[in-house]
Amino acid sequence: MQLVAFDPDRIFSALADATRRDIVSRAISGGEGIAELAEHYPMSFAAVQKHIAVLERAGLVSKQRFGRRKVVRTRLEGLRVAQDLLDRYEQLWRERIDRMQDLITDSREAIQ
Amino acid sequence: MTVTAVRKDTAALTMTISAEFAATPRRIWQLWADPRQLERWWGPPTYPATFTEHSLTPGARVAYHMTGPSGDQPRGWWEVVEVDPPHTLVFRDGFANDDGTPNADLPVTTARVTIEDIGGGRTRMSIESAFPDSEAMERILSFGAEEGLTQAVGQIDTILAEDGVTA
Repeated sequence: MQLVAFDPDRIFSALADATRRDIVSRAISGGEGIAELAEHYPMSFAAVQKHIAVLERAGLVSKQRFGRRKVVRTRLEGLRVAQDLLDRYEQLWRERIDRMQDLITDSREAIQ
Repeated sequence: MTVTAVRKDTAALTMTISAEFAATPRRIWQLWADPRQLERWWGPPTYPATFTEHSLTPGARVAYHMTGPSGDQPRGWWEVVEVDPPHTLVFRDGFANDDGTPNADLPVTTARVTIEDIGGGRTRMSIESAFPDSEAMERILSFGAEEGLTQAVGQIDTILAEDGVTA
């Protein structure tokens, strides 16, 4: 896991905003530039530009040049940090639930 | 399959897991309310838990430690927030120092347990784990990596065999 390159604090505060989450999900396909992305939101170009800057600092998106165009693209490594933690919690509780199930089965068998 | 649904919200930082059991809500509640039963499932097989203080009343503090393969004993605590037997349990779940006081350097999550009768002798239990802030996330990430908290697979068979004797 390449956690070192990412600052989870920045990632999570960047993801705490609905517009930024939407930008992250649109930019997964990575075909749009800032101006095109800005058209999706009822706010100024400058405001969208600011959101993208926050995402960029968190390592969640990057701007890439394709010929004369500059597109915004999601960096999946950043998203994985948040996903990884929730995955660990899922695993932790799955194992606990398995043990709960075993206990219930055992106690039922003991009664029978 | 016991686990019926898992929902993870990366943005809200919550993980919700639901499971169904062929048992009554009261039976599921016992798994939380009886410390001797609780300690048979709370910790992974490599880090079994011992609950030294346990009372499910609002404001009460629950204390436990886990014992690792090399004799290390990480400590934890709960602060009980809401109790409605046998349906609702809400608690803050944190780590403790060696003297049992809350460790402020490690994160606190809030767990909401909901237990409901779904008919046919079955009960659904849902647990929502919420991370209060991004700092907490970061600490859990590093703690989880060090302690291998979730790497307890593979020893279930051993536990089952032991349970068969003691049940």
